[in-house]
Amino acid sequence: MAIWDFANPTRFVRLVDRTLPWLVTACVIAFGIGLYKSFFMAPEDYQQGDTVRIMFIHVPAAWLAMMCYSVMALSSLGTLVWKHPLADVSAKAAAPLGAAFTFISLITGSLWGKPMWGTYWVWDARLTSVLVLFIMYLGLMALWRTMEDPIKAGKAAAVLTLVGALNLPIIKFSVDWWNTLHQPASVIRMDGPTIHPDILVPLLVMALAFTLLFFTLHLMAMRNEVMRRRVRAMRLKAAAGPRAASATAAPQPAE
Amino acid sequence: MTMNPFDLGPHAGFIIASYVTTFGIVAGLILWVLIDRAKQKSDLADLEAQGIKRSAATSQDPASEETSG
Repeated sequence: MAIWDFANPTRFVRLVDRTLPWLVTACVIAFGIGLYKSFFMAPEDYQQGDTVRIMFIHVPAAWLAMMCYSVMALSSLGTLVWKHPLADVSAKAAAPLGAAFTFISLITGSLWGKPMWGTYWVWDARLTSVLVLFIMYLGLMALWRTMEDPIKAGKAAAVLTLVGALNLPIIKFSVDWWNTLHQPASVIRMDGPTIHPDILVPLLVMALAFTLLFFTLHLMAMRNEVMRRRVRAMRLKAAAGPRAASATAAPQPAE
Repeated sequence: MTMNPFDLGPHAGFIIASYVTTFGIVAGLILWVLIDRAKQKSDLADLEAQGIKRSAATSQDPASEETSG
């Protein structure tokens, strides 16, 4: 099935209605297993003690903060290059989710940093670049709200989103390029994860749960956005109704 | 090996605050999506009750649904 098969919003909404119960069930099960493993199975870290349990929400939230922006960047390409009818719907629906996950990663990172580093915040490369990502999400959400026409807003937001995508490699490699309090990557590495499986497995299950949560909420928010545009189109049609009728009744100039 | 989740050590406050904040934000997101859906459904029902129909509802033409340019 090609991606253009979903270009019809009605077909897309039907597909979402069928998919959501399965996604919600999978998400609840994944969170159940993940939280059980995080609190009942994962041992304390030999240096960080129980605060390592913050990692089970901080790291998946940080991954999703970046993945969500990647989804928005791909959607923006879909808007500008392929003009897919649902691309800007996808980008607009993803922005508040990305902002929320970025906020979670910033807050949990601060709460993890205080007992481990002795401070809630430092202006180092990783923390600052993630804060920039959060501000970009807020800026994109504001941009969508400044324009009445969602199609024009979608195109402007797509350009800004693609420019902002430059921040993603900066976030990822900031811990390698600059000196920072934040630890370097310990899961996604060329030489494999450096975390013991007792802690790595709960982390990966929680990452799966967060990813399922993102896709569930994203599809729901996209469905809402499709409905919002239908409401807008119907209101415009209703407002133009009497004028359209009188224009049809009036004699048209010959061309 | 089973851990005791009720003994989170000297930094329990930070761990609990992290999970409570995350739960609050995720619950807020879920509520926002559900409330928004209810509002859009109500708006659509109101418009349809006024006799306003979508052009796509009659033509089934994908291009007639407003989503993107």
